[in-house]
Amino acid sequence: MSTTLQPPSPPKNANRLGYTMADYKGADSTLCAGCGHDAITSQIIKAFYEYGVEPHRVAKLSGIGCSSKTPAYFLSKAHGFNGVHGRMPALATGVMLANQSLVAIGVSGDGDTASIGMGQFVHMLRRNIPMIYIIENNGVYGLTKGQFSATADLGSKAKSGVMNDLPAIDVCVMAIELGCNFVARSFAGDPKQMVALLKAALGHRGTALFDVISPCVTFNNHEGSTKSYKYAKDHEELLHEISFVPFFEQITVDYAEGETKDVELHDGSHIRLRKTDKGYDPTNKSEALNMLRKCQDSNEFLTGLIYINEQKPDFLSLLNIADDPLATLPQERTQPSEQALKEIMAELM
Amino acid sequence: MSNQSPQTLVAEEEQLRNGGPVINDFSIQVATVNGSGSQSSNTVLMRSIFQMGIPVSGKNLFPSNIAGLPTWFTIRANKEGWIARRKEIDFLVAMNAETGREDVMNLDPSRVVVYEETLKLNQYRKDLTFFPVPFAKLATEITPDSRLRKLLANMIYVGVVGELLEIDPSEMELALTKQFKGKAKAVALNKTALDIGRKFAKDNFDRTVVPYKTQRMNATKGKIIIDGNTAAALGCMFAGVTVATWYPITPSSSLCESLADYMKEYRIEKDDKASFAIVQAEDELAAVGMAIGAGWAGARSMTSTAGPGISLMQEFIGLAYYAEIPVVIFDITRVGPSTGLPTRTQQSDILSMVYCSHGDTKHIVLLPASVEECFTMGYDAFDLSERFQTPVFVMSDLDLGMNNWMSDPFIYPQKKFDRGKVLNAEQLKKLGSFQRYGDVDGDGIPYRTLPGTDHPAAAYFTRGSGHNEHAAYSERPDDYKRNMDRLSHKYDMTRSQVPQPEVKYAKGSNIGFLGFGTTHWALIESLDQLQREYSLPVSYYRLRALPFTKELIEFFEKHDRVYVVEQNRDAQMAMLVKLELPAELVGRLRSIRHYSGIPIDARFVTDELIAAEKGEQN
Repeated sequence: MSTTLQPPSPPKNANRLGYTMADYKGADSTLCAGCGHDAITSQIIKAFYEYGVEPHRVAKLSGIGCSSKTPAYFLSKAHGFNGVHGRMPALATGVMLANQSLVAIGVSGDGDTASIGMGQFVHMLRRNIPMIYIIENNGVYGLTKGQFSATADLGSKAKSGVMNDLPAIDVCVMAIELGCNFVARSFAGDPKQMVALLKAALGHRGTALFDVISPCVTFNNHEGSTKSYKYAKDHEELLHEISFVPFFEQITVDYAEGETKDVELHDGSHIRLRKTDKGYDPTNKSEALNMLRKCQDSNEFLTGLIYINEQKPDFLSLLNIADDPLATLPQERTQPSEQALKEIMAELM
Repeated sequence: MSNQSPQTLVAEEEQLRNGGPVINDFSIQVATVNGSGSQSSNTVLMRSIFQMGIPVSGKNLFPSNIAGLPTWFTIRANKEGWIARRKEIDFLVAMNAETGREDVMNLDPSRVVVYEETLKLNQYRKDLTFFPVPFAKLATEITPDSRLRKLLANMIYVGVVGELLEIDPSEMELALTKQFKGKAKAVALNKTALDIGRKFAKDNFDRTVVPYKTQRMNATKGKIIIDGNTAAALGCMFAGVTVATWYPITPSSSLCESLADYMKEYRIEKDDKASFAIVQAEDELAAVGMAIGAGWAGARSMTSTAGPGISLMQEFIGLAYYAEIPVVIFDITRVGPSTGLPTRTQQSDILSMVYCSHGDTKHIVLLPASVEECFTMGYDAFDLSERFQTPVFVMSDLDLGMNNWMSDPFIYPQKKFDRGKVLNAEQLKKLGSFQRYGDVDGDGIPYRTLPGTDHPAAAYFTRGSGHNEHAAYSERPDDYKRNMDRLSHKYDMTRSQVPQPEVKYAKGSNIGFLGFGTTHWALIESLDQLQREYSLPVSYYRLRALPFTKELIEFFEKHDRVYVVEQNRDAQMAMLVKLELPAELVGRLRSIRHYSGIPIDARFVTDELIAAEKGEQN
């Protein structure tokens, strides 16, 4: 082989596409030390690196809030858009309509999603826009200093001592009801599970909803909060242990039959769910909803892949959009001919 | 009652009494209830006159309702080519029991009324010519189906009117075939109704007493009839729009709906895939958000709405202004808010468009006056938006958007799309890097890259107010101010690029009109009235876009008084003009406003101007 024709050899520790972990990093975080959001950022970097996504093909989108700042802290080689409060789903929809070859990742918070952005969130799920949608859920408005959000649990106590007397909105229950086909919940303190789920989300086509309990160390990490590190650790209920086998790796059998459940993803990757004693089936919608409700009643917080269905078409396939990005179609493909205009004019005479 | 100048009114009445019939100069008003299917009948009537070569315009005055409330359709035929609304009605077709009395009472003397016999409208006036027709009874001759009978009664009046005005039967048949294209059964049924109407009028009425008639002309040959929303949709399609996101709202819905119809016909590729995406969003916030997301990613994107939608879109539009993202926004203006007059016309969103959003924002607003300009400006809006990386508004209104207008056929745009300053990977390879928000060329317009560009220097992070030239986060006062000054400079650079005004100086005139949009049609007719009736020459400045261009000040310098004529209460355009003028010229500004929800008419403008000028003399 001639060396001159070879591309430069990939650096050490490069992934399958030749990128190193550094290619997936972003600017330094300006969030509080110990913020759950930073832990999530690290797992996004790791998952994108391990799965192997070309950074320039990623579009990072967010609304407003602490969580929405985080796209600046990962993948600095990808375009990012910090939009307006609660309206990231619309931006993401437009971006994907314009260029369906992109990989969209949206980062939102519980205020951004479950209050001001509820309308857009619901319709994004209903449409099944292909994107990863992460809710960094801490039950509190951080940037405006500690007000309850709509995901704060009933009876949860604010730092000021005020009790929350409204019930929480469960975004996962809602997502399943609205036809979302990839619904996962995780905890910022469980990096292993999060990376596996994020990689699975990359292999999914359609909206992958990711609700991550991400404690706010400044305003919601005290005694009496139900979104603190301690509370989450004490009440976490693991559905299963998750491992991810990417489409470019061989599947190996390391568990006895019956102990695991495999789900094949859109891109040919597999997720392997090692059953805990519950024998949970995440492809069963009613079982998923029942399980979420049961855990709500017992104040447990359920993590894992709650629901998955790889059959539903995403919005772009429904629209039957051309394969090439609409954004850069040349004039000869987007401007009908002079003859066409003549024809239309003749009709109107 | 009539607002006509006394001398014109006398002259007209004289002609009605003594002279022969008035040829090709009359207005017909059809009063029905909405949901009765009169729209097709009225279109056939209007088209028949059009096909006889007579300039014609049609205006639908309809309620915000699906069925059962009063609706009026007026058709104006005018041999001189005046197509603005004419306030005075010459020929009334009264089909609505609820409004019949008032419709008749509103007429000037010596006018004509065709009416449903059972309404007994002839009891109210002795000075009109009445033609009673048993529409309901005649319809039973065609079909036993009562629902169908209602529809066919409408085609019967078309026949009656056709006979009384001597409209060529073959043109009526042609118009009817066109209206019910491809539906042979509907054509046959309606043809029967048309004939029954014609025959009834012929057998029972003396048409020589009708003081109006049509006569073949050659003034519409080669012309088209189209509404402004369809015209704008065509402009977008030929501008290569790829993403259109919208939320239903009167009077703009038909823009994206006809866009969808045409795109399905002309923008499906060989492999059956669409070179576009049209999405009905969940609300206007999402509609504009999607369009902005698509614009950011490089698509030619648009949305279409009306005033209430503009209010909802404000926050996002401000973001697009600050972040410099192209997007085209059509505002088909109407009366707002909430219930009441959403189906009536107005030009009342001018300020909410030009300064749309919070913070220091100012926008380009294109002001089409005709269906042809809906097409050309619909097209130009995309070039401007991508060139200047900013939202561009196109302001139409209900009158223009939803009514049918006569026009020359549209001309194919023989130019390359201006996609603006977008750097691709190849160019980045040569440049090494770029400044997203730097003014490299001195025109205030920065370069941008699109997501997906395969070069390590392509990516940047988009935010609202706080960024420096490199798109890095910044709260520094000097960064903010520098950026805002550049945006202002960029806006100034648009002045020479937006559609320029059309200015006509009248010889020996010291007064001028300034108008825009649909007000144009009333203004040009008023200019003619002022010249003929008062020997008063008036100059005319037709504004075609904001920001203003240098000609504005020149126009004020050359006239003692300039009347800004517009269709809103608060003189919104006059306010903008006032801000633009040097202090010594502000005293020359005058204002005429029409804001009842009904399209402005020439007589109103003429009367207002004469009254104001009399005031100036005193």
